[in-house]
Amino acid sequence: MKILIAGDGKLGATLVRQLSTEGYDVTVIDEDPAVLETTMEQYDVITIEGNAATMKTLKQAGAEEADLLIAVTGEDELNLLSCMTAHALNPSLHTIARIRNPEYVDQAYTMRENFALSLIVNPEKQAAHEIERLIKYPGFLKNDTFARGHLEIVELKIGTGSKLRNVPLSALHDIIKCRVLVVAVLREGTMIAPDGSFVLQEGDDIYVTASAADLSALLRNLGILQRRVKHCMIVGGGKVSYYLSQMLVKSGLSVEIIERDAERCIELADAIPEAAVVQGDASTPAFLESEGLSEADSFVTLTGLDELNIILSLYAHSKKVPQVITKLSRVDYSKAIGDLPIGSVISPKELCCSNIVRYVRAMRNQQGAAVTIHSIADGQAEAVEFIVDDKTRHVGEPLKDIRTRNNILIAGISRGYRSMIPDGSSSFEIGDSVVVVCSGDTILYSLNDIFED
Amino acid sequence: MNFKLMARINAYILVLESAFMIIPMMISVIGNERRSAWGFFFAILVTFGVGAVLWLITRNAQNRLRAREGMVCTGVSWILLSLFGALPFWFSRQIPRYLDAVFETVSGFTTTGASILNDVEAMSRGCLFWRSFTHWIGGMGILVFMLAVIPLSGKNEGFTLHLMRAESPGPSVGKIVPKMRETAKILYLIYIGLTALNVLFLTAGKMPLFDALCTAFGTAGTGGFGIKADSMAGYSTYLQAVTTVFMALFGVNFSCYYLLLRKDWKSVWKDEELRLYVAIILLSALCITVNILPQSSSPYDAWHHAAFTVSSIITTTGFATKDFNQWPTFSKTVILTLMFCGACAGSTGGGIKVSRVLLLFKGLRRNIHQILHPQKVQTIRSNGRVISESILTNTNAYLSAYALIVILSFIAVSLDSRFSIESNFSAVMCCFNNIGPGLDQVGPTSNFYLCSGLTKIVLIMDMLLGRLEIFPILVLFSRSTWKKLN
Repeated sequence: MKILIAGDGKLGATLVRQLSTEGYDVTVIDEDPAVLETTMEQYDVITIEGNAATMKTLKQAGAEEADLLIAVTGEDELNLLSCMTAHALNPSLHTIARIRNPEYVDQAYTMRENFALSLIVNPEKQAAHEIERLIKYPGFLKNDTFARGHLEIVELKIGTGSKLRNVPLSALHDIIKCRVLVVAVLREGTMIAPDGSFVLQEGDDIYVTASAADLSALLRNLGILQRRVKHCMIVGGGKVSYYLSQMLVKSGLSVEIIERDAERCIELADAIPEAAVVQGDASTPAFLESEGLSEADSFVTLTGLDELNIILSLYAHSKKVPQVITKLSRVDYSKAIGDLPIGSVISPKELCCSNIVRYVRAMRNQQGAAVTIHSIADGQAEAVEFIVDDKTRHVGEPLKDIRTRNNILIAGISRGYRSMIPDGSSSFEIGDSVVVVCSGDTILYSLNDIFED
Repeated sequence: MNFKLMARINAYILVLESAFMIIPMMISVIGNERRSAWGFFFAILVTFGVGAVLWLITRNAQNRLRAREGMVCTGVSWILLSLFGALPFWFSRQIPRYLDAVFETVSGFTTTGASILNDVEAMSRGCLFWRSFTHWIGGMGILVFMLAVIPLSGKNEGFTLHLMRAESPGPSVGKIVPKMRETAKILYLIYIGLTALNVLFLTAGKMPLFDALCTAFGTAGTGGFGIKADSMAGYSTYLQAVTTVFMALFGVNFSCYYLLLRKDWKSVWKDEELRLYVAIILLSALCITVNILPQSSSPYDAWHHAAFTVSSIITTTGFATKDFNQWPTFSKTVILTLMFCGACAGSTGGGIKVSRVLLLFKGLRRNIHQILHPQKVQTIRSNGRVISESILTNTNAYLSAYALIVILSFIAVSLDSRFSIESNFSAVMCCFNNIGPGLDQVGPTSNFYLCSGLTKIVLIMDMLLGRLEIFPILVLFSRSTWKKLN
């Protein structure tokens, strides 16, 4: 499949890495030859220098034979124009545009219909949704939902006082008293696929599947206080901050936004009158204290500087703020900072990338394509949701009789409104949502890829 | 330096080379040439053995290579390729001295076609085939072949670009499709297709299949090893004409053929390098025709030999139908000038390359403009696209290195006082530009057998420097290459 990626910025480069590794024919378009040179030396792709909204460049890049154009340049308007121009050249081309100006968000649907876009992505809005979910379920570092919200994979850290310290997985049920499955453990930066004899240690990050109904039981039995977040402090008044505060005030939380730029403060105060917008430099501890850092239930760092976000989160953690969420735009260093107590890490770029990758895989495999893809354990594994259909093999057979491939784990099955953690006697039925965790370089295009035969 | 991966790439190269040697061994076995067959057998054993050992000890190599490592790797692999490729000649006693065998092999892989053999026709058919086959392998490049057949790794294959850039000729080497493996496959398929077409045309002219294969390999790689003492002179006019056309075809940038396959006639028609290349061929052939008219039997005969020689020299092949040593000085000068020029970038030919000549002239014109209007800002375009300043700088650096190497080699070679200045200069030029026969004592009817050992070593280096366009070999001798941080 031939894919054009217009814009070799941060998101563009992430997409290039992911899609070229998955084996697609990738052509990258950008106006900066230096950036293109770096990309070409790193990944097996071809690069075209030029403006991706011009017919000349698009033709040169082979838009006429391509299957998909992903426009992720810095400008929304350029992305739109690029998609429309390419569509004029090749009407069967699928197009994905990144549109992130909040002013266009309300008309996204209209634009998609009228400009023949296949998908509009908005990384900041997606990130805001993700953060909102974390704030509603405090206690987890991260939670990914599947099966229309009926099944979750949550990330937990085994802390110093955790009840799960030095507990073998086979004894897990006696402590938490509900059915959960540990699908992956991240220990010192390496992912382990655990079995029953695996003993949890302090410092492990564990990934657990549970049905949504069991989540609160899980938290309660683990002794994690599920105090409802009432007061949320947000540093940085960018786009994510805008979307997030809008969502939070709607659910009745009290939100305080700290932003340095006075004009932006006025804009925010105007757009979200329910939120308290404070103008000031959040990088001084005294200022944060005076704004009530110690009273905050949740502290979210959303400035444009990763370094500042990390430092602020570390400080908030040292001040015992119950929940800390850090936005990072560069995840290349995540291994190095993985052990720092900066709470949950959110990367808009990565979220958006997996969204697009899901679309691409679905294009490749129209039938039985993945419904949801979340990358877990620092990207070392993927949790993928499929719907069982009439093309799926082994429907109705108990799982203990089915041989699956080596690095595959069936993490959950959701049928109707009921979700369950599968055991040997469970089976697939047509219409089920199945969540599968796979590690390593395996790429699942359809549910049938998990079977050995 | 990622020595492990570099060693692993070399292991693949050696294993591939030993596989290539199986064909000439079979020919020797069928032709009942026992010594040659055993020679190939032991050469395969040694080459494969070394390759296999290297492969086994580098199994956990990291798949990352930086630009300079790609260059070093390419330089080393070509030297190894030649050292091992010389073994069959030496083992089979067809060429008794190892240095001579290496000279012959380097001349083969670099598609030079300069020979040390006094009597080509006395050589066994297996060795003759291997000699011509080395042209074919070296023409498109062994690393490109490796990239086409061996999946180095699924992830981050971008580094393979460094290998292709180091091996393929031209000022700016790029891929023609997004995947390196596909690019290498397409290039080799075009190469194989054109070679097969050439064999077909030759056999249609009643050339024996063995001769046709060897001649086609020599033409395709623009090498020029003949299997007859008189090169191409003994063949019919038709066969010579076919070879004239195919030599010129193999001197064209291969991405032009890809564009033709995609029916993009316009881009090919508008290609500046191709236009200049065709113009140079026609003009030079015309000049020589007029110049040699008095000593030819007919105008057509003059045109035929002039066209053949021009096509042979500009593509740096080095086949001959006439001993151009007998031609007037003007014709010889035109031939010597063509030696510099060389074929198109991205072809199998050597020399400076037409596209570089084009860039140099455009750069020169800009410099003259800037002397007259110091404030004038001007970009240099080629095929309608702006050429970046870094490519221009590299082209100038290439030319400086080119001149320096020619001068140094010329001085080293002239230590051997038995040869005339004309012979020495043309010997350096024709080896460095991968042509083959030079003028005077190293002309089309003579060979390099009598040269001293030092001369041979210098010429071997020149051939490698010429084929890999100087830098991959030159960096091997730079101290900063071997330092940990640059």
